[in-house]
Amino acid sequence: MSTETSGGGGLTEYITHHLTHNVVKVGEGFWSVNFDSVIVSAVLGLIFIVWFSLKARKATAGVPSKGQAFVEMVIEFVDGQVKDVFHGDRRFIAPLALTIFMWVFLMNAMDLLPLDLIGSIAGLVGGPEFAHHFYFRAVPTADVNTTFAMSITVFFIIIFYSIKAKGAGGFTKELFTAPFHAHGTGAKIILAPANFFLNLVEYLSKPVSLAMRLFGNMYAGELVFMLISGLMITAIGFVPGVLINAGWAIFHILIIGLQAFIFMVLTVVYISMAHEHH
Amino acid sequence: MNVNATLLGQAISFAILIWFTMKFIWPPLMAAIEERQKKIADGLAAAERARQELKDADARVADEIRKAREEATQIVDRANQQYNQIVDKAKTDAIAEGARQKAAAQAEIESLSHQAKEVLRQQVAALAVSGAEKILKREIDQARHRDLLDALAKEI
Repeated sequence: MSTETSGGGGLTEYITHHLTHNVVKVGEGFWSVNFDSVIVSAVLGLIFIVWFSLKARKATAGVPSKGQAFVEMVIEFVDGQVKDVFHGDRRFIAPLALTIFMWVFLMNAMDLLPLDLIGSIAGLVGGPEFAHHFYFRAVPTADVNTTFAMSITVFFIIIFYSIKAKGAGGFTKELFTAPFHAHGTGAKIILAPANFFLNLVEYLSKPVSLAMRLFGNMYAGELVFMLISGLMITAIGFVPGVLINAGWAIFHILIIGLQAFIFMVLTVVYISMAHEHH
Repeated sequence: MNVNATLLGQAISFAILIWFTMKFIWPPLMAAIEERQKKIADGLAAAERARQELKDADARVADEIRKAREEATQIVDRANQQYNQIVDKAKTDAIAEGARQKAAAQAEIESLSHQAKEVLRQQVAALAVSGAEKILKREIDQARHRDLLDALAKEI
């Protein structure tokens, strides 16, 4: 992802500019941080926990305020989903699902901010030259780092629950003896590599699919917004561009919630699979 | 699509968020929800109980009314009986009184007629004496002939 040096016309430059992260270099190679993703997700996470914990502190069992009723609605929705899939102690899984749902939802919702909002603010504050070199991607979930950070965390939780359910020995044994079961030591040794390979694929596909699904949806959504704004630059394309933009934004309201919901439900499903495996 | 240290930062943020939610957000809200559910369930149970009690009370009231009605009927019956008894007694008393008074009247009549007879007998005696005097045309010595006169009066 090279920066503005790619040039090659207004729209390409525009899109490239918008798809470049605000990178803060800490060290070489891996050791740099996408400042924009980190700050936006942190602010949204704070909004979530401050909002919900305020409601939680003031929660009464009597007649709830409208705000409390809304928060309780979200909680009961998440709890219902978890209850349907996961049978067991929900004290960790349900808050995990709520965190995923609310955080991903809020991060996805940044997709609905106007594309050039932050760039314009930067322009107003620091002038056009500053804005030209100021990169900011407002949607943290359109950054693979965010989605993979979440899915890898979920992956470790899955491993933890697998080991908890089967024990360390049982978990390791199952890696080599399932899904192909064999009787006799020789057959077991022959089937072990195949079993291990299949299990590896099965386990690794979970975080990859979780992360890539969310990232792909959000990245593509962002990209389409950029292409539509390219349409709006021309005089002829302005009116249809505005209409398509509105349509895509309305469609994206659905996508935002849906992707948050899918991430949450699949996490719970994966954990319950690990938890209940025999 | 370059993976960098953002991954670690976001994972740590995620872990903190999960921990915070699990510790401070989920339990109090869930407790409030569950307590309200319990309250609502209790309220519904209480309403059901009250409805049952009302039904019981209605049944009791109907029972009481039925009993009161029976009692009233009994009282009226007893009153009627008493009334009949009193009327009968009054009738027999009246008849007895009538008979008594009739007997008294008859006794008086008898005694009165007796007296009248006596008076008449004396008058007749006096008349007879005066008639005899006139017949004899002479003075009879009352003193000398008293025993004779008395005997005569007795005969009459």
